[in-house]
Amino acid sequence: MADKITDQELRYLHYNKPMRLLFSIANFFTSLPKKLLNLIFAIGRAFKSLGLAIANECIDIVTTFINGDWKTKLSFIIMGFGSIARGQILRGILFLLFEIVFVVYTALWGVTWIAKLTLKNLTPTTTQMVTTTVAGIDMEVETTIYGDNTLQILIYGVLSILFVFCFIYTWRLNVRQNKEAEAILASGKKLKSGKDDLKSLVDDQFHKTVLALPVLGIVIFTVIPILLMIMIAFTNYDFNHTPPVNMFEWVGWTNFNQLFTWGNGTSTFSATFGELLSWTLIWAFFATFTNYFLGMLVAMMINKKGIKLKKLWRGILVLTIAIPQFISLLYVSKMFSDEGLVNRFLINNGVVSTAIPFWTDPTMARVMVILVNIWVGVPYLMLITTGVLMNIPSDLYESARIDGANPVQQYFKITLPYMFFVTGPYLLTSFTGNMNNFNVIYLLTGGAPYTLSDSAGKTDLLITWLYRLTVTNNDYKTAAVIGIMVFVVVAVISLIVYNVLPSMKNEEDFQ
Amino acid sequence: MKKASSIHRNRILSNTAIYIILVVMSIVWLIPFVFILLQSFRTENTWMVGYVIPQQWGIDNYINLFTQTSFLQWYKNTLIIAGCNAVLQTFMVTMMAYALSRLRFKGRKFLMNAMLVLGMFPGFLTMIILYYILKSMGLTQEGAVPGLILVNFASSGMGYYVFKGFLDTIPKSLDEAARVDGATRFQVMRKIILPLSKPIMIYTILTAFMAPWADYIFASYIAFGTSSGYNVAVGLYSWLTKDMINSNYTLFCAGGVCIAIPITILFMCLQKYYVEGVTGGAVKG
Repeated sequence: MADKITDQELRYLHYNKPMRLLFSIANFFTSLPKKLLNLIFAIGRAFKSLGLAIANECIDIVTTFINGDWKTKLSFIIMGFGSIARGQILRGILFLLFEIVFVVYTALWGVTWIAKLTLKNLTPTTTQMVTTTVAGIDMEVETTIYGDNTLQILIYGVLSILFVFCFIYTWRLNVRQNKEAEAILASGKKLKSGKDDLKSLVDDQFHKTVLALPVLGIVIFTVIPILLMIMIAFTNYDFNHTPPVNMFEWVGWTNFNQLFTWGNGTSTFSATFGELLSWTLIWAFFATFTNYFLGMLVAMMINKKGIKLKKLWRGILVLTIAIPQFISLLYVSKMFSDEGLVNRFLINNGVVSTAIPFWTDPTMARVMVILVNIWVGVPYLMLITTGVLMNIPSDLYESARIDGANPVQQYFKITLPYMFFVTGPYLLTSFTGNMNNFNVIYLLTGGAPYTLSDSAGKTDLLITWLYRLTVTNNDYKTAAVIGIMVFVVVAVISLIVYNVLPSMKNEEDFQ
Repeated sequence: MKKASSIHRNRILSNTAIYIILVVMSIVWLIPFVFILLQSFRTENTWMVGYVIPQQWGIDNYINLFTQTSFLQWYKNTLIIAGCNAVLQTFMVTMMAYALSRLRFKGRKFLMNAMLVLGMFPGFLTMIILYYILKSMGLTQEGAVPGLILVNFASSGMGYYVFKGFLDTIPKSLDEAARVDGATRFQVMRKIILPLSKPIMIYTILTAFMAPWADYIFASYIAFGTSSGYNVAVGLYSWLTKDMINSNYTLFCAGGVCIAIPITILFMCLQKYYVEGVTGGAVKG
C-alpha cells in the first residue's frame, strides 16, 4: 500500500487540517461507487464461499457415512450412539437427549407452529352463546372463544425454525465427532472421557463456560426480539389488528412504502419522518459538540496552573452526575413550564405579562432542550476530557512555548488535534448515543409541541416517537419500521465515520 | 522587569476571570438541587409557586411521603432492582469482557462485530416482544420487579466495552507465566486477573446500581399502571402529570431528596473508581 503514492495523496499533504477533513469526506463519497461495486463483489464471493462450504460439508458427511464403521453409520439416525458405543458416555447421552427433545417437540408442536407462520387460514376469535347452569337454572352466557393468536404464532414459529437450525448444527457436530473419534482410535490414542470433557471446560474450552450465559441471554432477549420486530415491520400489526381478539397478516413492503410516498402537503407520514430525522441529526450534532467543547473548556479552566480549590470545582460538577437524571430533568422541565417557578416569578415581579413559552414554542423548546442537555452533560465530559488532557505530554507545550506559540495557537495546534485523536471513537459513540437519547427529550418536553402528523411533536426524536407510537397509539408496525430506519441511519453514519477516521488517525504530526 | 510584571498582571486578570466563571457555573449547576431541597420543606401549599424560600417550614411532606403514599413500596422495588442489577450485571459483564479480552477462540471477532451491530438498534424497539415474553411468564404489572431484573440481567453482556478496555491493559505475560506453572484458565481468571480488576469491578457495580434509579421507559411499560410494580422514577413521574401536579409537587421534591441523598453519598464515596472507569472507557472507545 505505502509504496504507491497517488496524485491524490500527494495533494492531500498540501492541505491544511479542515481542508484535509473535507477532502477525506469528499473522497469517501467519490469512492462510494467503487466501494459499492466492491461490496457487491464481496457479497458474491461470500455467497460463493458459503456454497462451497456447504458442498464440502455435504461431501464430508457422505464420505464419513461411507468410510465409517457401523457405530458411525447408526449415529446418523441415533445421535450420540457412536459416542456411547466408544465409551464417551457423557457426550453421547447429551446428543441423544437433545435429539429426543427435538423430535418430540417438533412432532407435537413445532410443525404446527411453522405451518401457521403463513398467517393464513387461521381460526378467528368468535363469541358464542354458551349454556351454563348457574344455581340450577340454565343461562345463556356470551363467551369469547379465542382463535389463533398471531403474535404467539410469530414468536413460536420463529423459535421453532431456529430450533431446527440448532438441530441441524448439532447433528453435523455429532457426525464430525464420530469421524474424529474413529481417526483417533485408528491412530492408537485414547479418547477423551466425560471427566476430561468436564475438565477442559475450566481450561482449554474455558471460553465456552464463560460465554454460555451472557451469549444465551443476548440471543433470547436481544437477537430473537429484534428478529421478530423486523418481521413485524412486514405485517399490519397495529391498533386494529391486535391479538388475541384480532389478527394481523403479512403485508410485504407496504409499511416501508409509506416512508417514500411524497403526497400532498406536510401532513403525510413521510414528511413527518423527514422532519423528525433532520431534527434528530441536528440535535445529535449539537448535543455532542456543545458538550464536548464546553466540557473541554471547563476541564482546561480547572486544570489551569494557579487555579486553587481544583477538587472543589470538580466535586461540585461530579455531584450533579450522582443525582438521578430523572429527578433533575423533571424538575427543570417543571421549573420552566407555563405555570412553573421561572414564569410565575417573572410574572409576579412584573418582568413579563404572559408566560414565556419555553416548552410550547417549537424553536424555543428546541433551543431549551439543547441548553438543558449542556447542563446535564458537561460534568460528564469534564471528567473524560480531564483525564485525556492530563495525558498530553507536557514537553509538547514546553517546546511550543519556547518557539513562541501563544495559548490560542497551542490549543489549536496541540490540544485539539490530540483530543480528536484520542477521543474520536468516543465522539462517534456519543453522537449515535445522542440520536437515541430518550431521557433528556422525554422527561423535558415529552416531544411537545405536537404540531406534526401521526402524533409526532417538534422536539420528538425518532426514538421518542417510536416510544409514543408503541405505548400510546399501539401502532407497532410503524414503530418497527422507524426502529429499522434508526438502525440504518446509525449504521450509515458509523460506516462513514469509520471510513474517514483512519485518515485522520494516520496524521500523527502532533507527536 | 516591566515585561515580567505585565505577565504577572495578565495572569492575575485571567485567573480572576476564571474564578468568576467557575463560581457562576457552580451556582448554575447546583441551583436546581438547592431549589428542590428548599421546596421539599414548604408546607403552606403543595403546588408550584413563584418563589423558592418557603413561607412556612416543616417536614409534613416527608411525613406524608412515607405514610400517605406508596413511595416506600416504590423505593423498596427500586432498591431490590438496583441490588440485583449490581450483582448480576457485574457477573455477566465480567464474564463477557474476560472472554473477549483474555481468551482467544474461534468466532471471537464475529461475536464482537455482532454485538456492535446489535447495539445500533434502538433499545426499545423490542419492547412489545419483551413485554409479551414477560407477560407469558407473569412478570409484568405486579411482577414488574423480577421482570425488570430479568431483562436487565439477560442482555447486560453487551455492555462489556469499558471492562474489556481495562482488562486489555493487564499484561498478557501474567497469564502465560501462570499457565506455564500449570494453572488452568479458570485459575488464572480467579487468582490473577480478577483480583487485579477490583477498580473496574467497583465501577461496574456502581453504574449497575445507579442505573435503575433513573430507569423510566421500560419500567413504566412493564408496570403498566399497576402502582405496586412501579420503581421510583415511574412513581414520581406519575405525580407530575397534569392532574396530579397541583397536589403532589412538594411531595415530588421530598421524594427526589430522599432518592438523591443516599445515591449521592454512595457515589461520592466511590467517586475515584467512577472517574477512573469513565476516563479509561472513553479513551479506549
